[in-house]
Amino acid sequence: MRDVTVEGQLASTRIDVTALRLSRSGRQVLDVPHLVLEGPGPTAILGPNGAGKSLLLRCLHGLIAQDTGTIAQDGRRLRSGAAAGQAMVFQRPVLLRRSVAANLAFVLRRQRLGHATRQKRIAELLEEGGLSTKARQPARSLSGGEAQRLAILRALATGPRVLFLDEPTSALDPAATAKIETMIARIASEGVRVVLVTHDIGQARRLAHDIILMQGGRVAEHSPAGAFFARPLTQAGRLYLSGELLI
Amino acid sequence: MGTFTSEFLQALHLIVTGDGDLWGIVLLSLWVSLSAVAVGAAIGMPMGAALAVGRFPGRRALVVLLNALMGLPPVVVGLCVYLLLSRAGPLGVLGLLYTPGAMVIAQTIIVTPIIAALTRQIVEGLDAEYAEQLKSLGLSRLASVPVLLWDGRRALLTALLAGFGRAIAEVGAVIIVGGNINHVTRVMTTTIALETSKGNLALALALGAILITIAISVTAAVSLLGARQGPAHA
Ligand SMILES: Nc1ncnc2c1ncn2[C@@H]1O[C@H](COP(=O)(O)OP(=O)(O)OP(=O)(O)O)[C@@H](O)[C@H]1O
Ligand SMILES: [Mg+2]
Repeated sequence: MRDVTVEGQLASTRIDVTALRLSRSGRQVLDVPHLVLEGPGPTAILGPNGAGKSLLLRCLHGLIAQDTGTIAQDGRRLRSGAAAGQAMVFQRPVLLRRSVAANLAFVLRRQRLGHATRQKRIAELLEEGGLSTKARQPARSLSGGEAQRLAILRALATGPRVLFLDEPTSALDPAATAKIETMIARIASEGVRVVLVTHDIGQARRLAHDIILMQGGRVAEHSPAGAFFARPLTQAGRLYLSGELLI
Repeated sequence: MGTFTSEFLQALHLIVTGDGDLWGIVLLSLWVSLSAVAVGAAIGMPMGAALAVGRFPGRRALVVLLNALMGLPPVVVGLCVYLLLSRAGPLGVLGLLYTPGAMVIAQTIIVTPIIAALTRQIVEGLDAEYAEQLKSLGLSRLASVPVLLWDGRRALLTALLAGFGRAIAEVGAVIIVGGNINHVTRVMTTTIALETSKGNLALALALGAILITIAISVTAAVSLLGARQGPAHA
């Protein structure tokens, strides 16, 4: 089934979640006693709206502090996602009010690259995302799909070891989706640990090595992708695949 | 009625012929108010940004206070600056009373809260959108401030224009601390007040026309900038 093959160097970064709990407005929105991200990846997080997928990603990336529990990357307690070499693409892309190229330059400038190297890298990234002709356009005037592509390119520009993507192709047409999936597969094959949230089961089939199914703030099932799609271990998994799982 | 027409024609004549006294007054007005806005921006923008981005006890109270200070009555500001700068006052030794410097100080006090409060509002709004993304990219809260100010530059310009509009049209403070001295501290608003009371309507009308033109241009610039911001904020 996996027509976008992920092979090559395997993701080596390991993430351990222990006894994670998070409440919002007096309601428990995350309860993850134990979760390990290892193996080659990518990992796809599936689950109905409001299941806690985005919140889990935010916790894993160190953007919000959990109420209790720990998140460790390669055995070290995670404090700042950026400092741990992580990058994230948000469900709603946040682009700076600058040109397309300047959004990339903003990130590259922080890496103390020389001007020429930076310009070259910007050109490469724009080429990769099919945005070469839009370099000087204000980023905020991009279409939804273009904006999402730029957000992914900007995350890549940080040279991450771990890349979180929250519904990276939800606004994209099929051609752009295929392009992004190829990009994600290539990133993963370079040893980056990729964790993506998606509602596109086909995409999870094509890309993911393992599947996390979330429901009501909990991990209902974490299985190898092949096994999950062939025969889910849990009732939640069966319901989800048949389109009947609700929060 | 006939006198009004002749005063009006005289006013036009003053403007068109580039009357030295008239334009001296206009230039001094612009210099005083632009200086006040420059100093007000240097103080108010960092202050507003700090209030928007910082998390410290008393922040909410400061925001409320700042918003309240936007409506500071110029006459009272003039009175306070007068007391400070008068010969017997704590800053009397500086000898600033009845100089353009005193007028800049008074107007700075009027525009700084306006610039700071609007900056706070603009930066806080932008931060709500940017905070997670900037943190994700590894920027500290402090390092986020210049990014927020730069990306909010267009809205911030309207804040400066709002401050300038307030300063240039203000009369109560400058008349008290400047003293309306001919060729020294006469600005448009104080001259209009004085010349009208003396019955010299031509000069008052000429200055009034220029002041209105400036005020309308500033308002138009503010709303034009605001309109252009529309899509960018979507
Ligand atoms: N600040 C908050 N206050 C109250 N509830 C919150 C807050 N933030 C998130 N929630 C709730 O937590 C739950 C999980 O939210 P989350 O954004 O993680 O869902 P999701 O799985 O990403 O859903 P979707 O597929 O729609 O993106 C939702 O029910 C949401 O309403
Ligand atoms: Mg979500």
